[in-house]
Amino acid sequence: MSPLFEEIVEDPAAAEVPTRRVAITVNGQRRVAEVEPRLLLAHLLRQGLRLTGTHTGCDTTNCGACTVLFDGEPIKSCTMLAVQADGHEVTTVEGLSSMSELSPVQEGFKDEHGLQCGFCTPGMMMAATALLKANPNPTEEDIRWALSGNLCRCTGYQNIVKAVLWAAAKLRGEEPTHDGAA
Amino acid sequence: MTQALDEIKIGGLGASRRRVEDNRFIRGKGNYIDDITLPGMLHMEILRSPVAHARIRAIDTSKAWNIPGVRLVLTGEMMATRNLAWMPTLSYDTQAVLATDKVRFQGQEVACVVADDPYVAKDACEAIVVDYEPLPVIVNPEQAMAPDAPLIRDDKENQVDNVAFHWQVGDKASTERAFAEADVVSRISMHYPRSHPSPIECCGSIADFDRATGKLTVYMTSQAPHIVRAAVAMVAELPEHMIRIISPDIGGGFGNKVPIYPGYVMSILASILTERPVKWIEDKTGNLISTGFGRDVYLDGELALRRDGRILAVRMHTTSDHGAFFGDAQPSKFKIGLMHSAFACYDVPHAHLTATGVYTNKAPGGVAYRCSFRVTEAMYFQERMIQAAADDLGMDQAEFRRVNLVRDEDFPHRTAFGFLTDSGQYGRCLDVALEAIGYADFRKQQEEAREQGRLLGLGISTMTEPLGAGNSREYDILGIKMFDSAELRVHLTGRAILRTGARTQGQGHETTWAQIVAHELGIPADDVVVEEGDTDTAPFGMGTYASRSTPVAGAAVSMAARKVRAKARKLAAHLLEVSEEDVEWELGRFYVRSAPDRGATIQECAMAAYANMPDGLEPGLEASAYYDPPNLTWPFACYVVTVEVDPETGVWDVLNVVGVDDCGVRINPMVVEGQIMGGLTEAYAMACVQFITFDAAGNCIGSNYLDYLLPTAWETPGFELHEVVTPCPHHPLGAKGVGECATVGGPAAFVNAVMDAIKPYGVRNVDMPLLPDRVYEAISQRHDVSGAPPVKVD
Repeated sequence: MSPLFEEIVEDPAAAEVPTRRVAITVNGQRRVAEVEPRLLLAHLLRQGLRLTGTHTGCDTTNCGACTVLFDGEPIKSCTMLAVQADGHEVTTVEGLSSMSELSPVQEGFKDEHGLQCGFCTPGMMMAATALLKANPNPTEEDIRWALSGNLCRCTGYQNIVKAVLWAAAKLRGEEPTHDGAA
Repeated sequence: MTQALDEIKIGGLGASRRRVEDNRFIRGKGNYIDDITLPGMLHMEILRSPVAHARIRAIDTSKAWNIPGVRLVLTGEMMATRNLAWMPTLSYDTQAVLATDKVRFQGQEVACVVADDPYVAKDACEAIVVDYEPLPVIVNPEQAMAPDAPLIRDDKENQVDNVAFHWQVGDKASTERAFAEADVVSRISMHYPRSHPSPIECCGSIADFDRATGKLTVYMTSQAPHIVRAAVAMVAELPEHMIRIISPDIGGGFGNKVPIYPGYVMSILASILTERPVKWIEDKTGNLISTGFGRDVYLDGELALRRDGRILAVRMHTTSDHGAFFGDAQPSKFKIGLMHSAFACYDVPHAHLTATGVYTNKAPGGVAYRCSFRVTEAMYFQERMIQAAADDLGMDQAEFRRVNLVRDEDFPHRTAFGFLTDSGQYGRCLDVALEAIGYADFRKQQEEAREQGRLLGLGISTMTEPLGAGNSREYDILGIKMFDSAELRVHLTGRAILRTGARTQGQGHETTWAQIVAHELGIPADDVVVEEGDTDTAPFGMGTYASRSTPVAGAAVSMAARKVRAKARKLAAHLLEVSEEDVEWELGRFYVRSAPDRGATIQECAMAAYANMPDGLEPGLEASAYYDPPNLTWPFACYVVTVEVDPETGVWDVLNVVGVDDCGVRINPMVVEGQIMGGLTEAYAMACVQFITFDAAGNCIGSNYLDYLLPTAWETPGFELHEVVTPCPHHPLGAKGVGECATVGGPAAFVNAVMDAIKPYGVRNVDMPLLPDRVYEAISQRHDVSGAPPVKVD
């Protein structure tokens, strides 16, 4: 995060904005940033660390497109200040897999057509990942409740529920079943 | 021996091919507007009006200019010096970019700030002081049309009242005669409330004007980037070849991202002035309060009926609330969109529709949110009128429909409003749905439940809708005919790149267009990359909305691929050393008719096009097609919903939802079903919770997700889907549009179900949304509940 150099702004008042140094472990990597106290974690992840998979879809903490894992728990990163994350671990969608290997949740979303425009998908998958860690064998109702903090405008949720069931089966070592396959 | 390919295996027509776009979206590697960062990029924020109607006395921007990091503050006055304070709308009206004389709705753009950082730009917006002189506020059509109503559009010459338009269609005289001869006349008045498409991703743009080259590049959340380029060329007076609009991955559109918004224009001017890229990303409040809403139409409907259940005529009058500027994104000849598609699936001999559009102190819009140009309203009103008429006649809901549906043998069918519907099996579609829901059984259960004081209800919605605007005789936007296009280039190794004039926002074009190429040419879908949205590279098209992509751009993909195949045939004849007439085609391969073992694959033909072409044949293997559709496509559907209503609370629970859609040939059944489920969810949302309303002062109630409710996975019911397949006779693949069907046809099924449940209370209509308190009022007071939900002011 630390730039090689910082532009010197002509107006001296600009330099007076108080900042604080934070160290956050993001996707397993220690990242250090100088941030204003008012900076939202979602914006640090997106603009500061260029992890643009985490999206912002609303301004009232309803949509969940910004959901990330905070010390393993799903949180809405638009509703946490970056300074509050100092010393904590954050996992974003970019941390779910390597480029070559997908996590079962990611595979499930693709296989069950659990996404369309893709905008809610990262947050939705983070919430699903947390659910499956806590409950490896969820019912459809469990899934719908666990994802009720994440709005989707495209899918109607049904295929998202199937995607999570698919991932749960895969994580349990079973052969996931799906319908509608070619 | 021929060796035809297995079309499903290569991802062709009919394969539920997994989506290629998912590969980046599930990794967080999509490229949406706010993900883009350009060197030296500045950030723009908009200051919006806190009041609905007021004269602007003065705007003081001095404090904003003094905040460190602020680079530019724009007001209407500064826009006016460049002739950009107003811009044309898609309905031949004008819309204020930044208010100069007065503000006309709450949330209207008043000033904007460009700064190094979006946080600073927001600080600076708050430092701007605007002096408003309040004016009387108009929040509904009744107020707008009152004789002494204050004039909202005093900026327009010759505008003497708040009427935006009068329009009519159909045969008034013959309709009146039919009504005079009717046994029964059934009447109902309804309101389809204002809602908002509310894609999760809001609107935004990054304008990047390069002074050195004179070229303007604008990244923009646009469903129709080529129209935007044309509009920017006209408004900003820049030449079209020096404007590049790039519509990157879009986080949902639903019609919200068709119009050109003031923020786009401001970011363009700001970039020209600062000579740096300027990014504008609106927040959710900005999106809900100022960008294109959907619906807000009042209906007075009448059906002339014969005692035996035949519909003799329909008469409709709509009063539509367009907000402060008439900005509906619709074909120019149709002022209330395709509202006159109402009753197209029924054999109704006479019809007349009159429409009045009015200005109010609200944000502009109207045509959006899977409406297919007002067809959502048309089909909702139709199916609510049908249910009311059946009740008036004492007829069974399904039977009344069956008696009046256009019969299979009557296609193509000319409707009383003048449309020509292409094909249908409406009766079969209804039967499949009733069978799936267990119609007869449910009616028995309903009787038994009533005896126990429980309220069960079943609602049916049968409909057909016009999709794929449209033929050049009738359909244009700002004079540009509503064709669409495709360009297919086959590389020498047999892989291909395809670009179209459409713009996906999640509908899966990158996957499904490749399937059409696989179907036409036998090139595996995985070997075809699809791109849309860059006006420098993609062929000119009218964009994606109104479910027009498959009917128009999809047809163009087919036609371009067929041109490629025609040229490949010449190459095959050359390779096989026979004349073209002796060459036969099977999927992916030409062969010699008399010797089927002797063949050339499409890949071999592609190589020959670059490395071994016959004399006189132009090298390369590519083609483009601009497709002017001969007619609209008319998919149809039947949605059936069962509910239980709690008489003590007015809360209603959905028991079952069955959807039977017929969109002709399905390119990708998995994608089609995804569209239907998303659409049904929007239908459910409108029926139960979604609305935007205004208090008497013009304050927008519904400008954030706390007031504007979207169903989550918890509330959203499950859907049982079935299909009927009646191909479109005039489409190259037999395919019809489908993206909006469920949102168009779905709401009436939910509302009809609740009305059916509470029919014993003598209730004829409760307007959407069917909030528990409205349903409870209807039950406990035994009366209709109409109009926009009242806002409680403490």
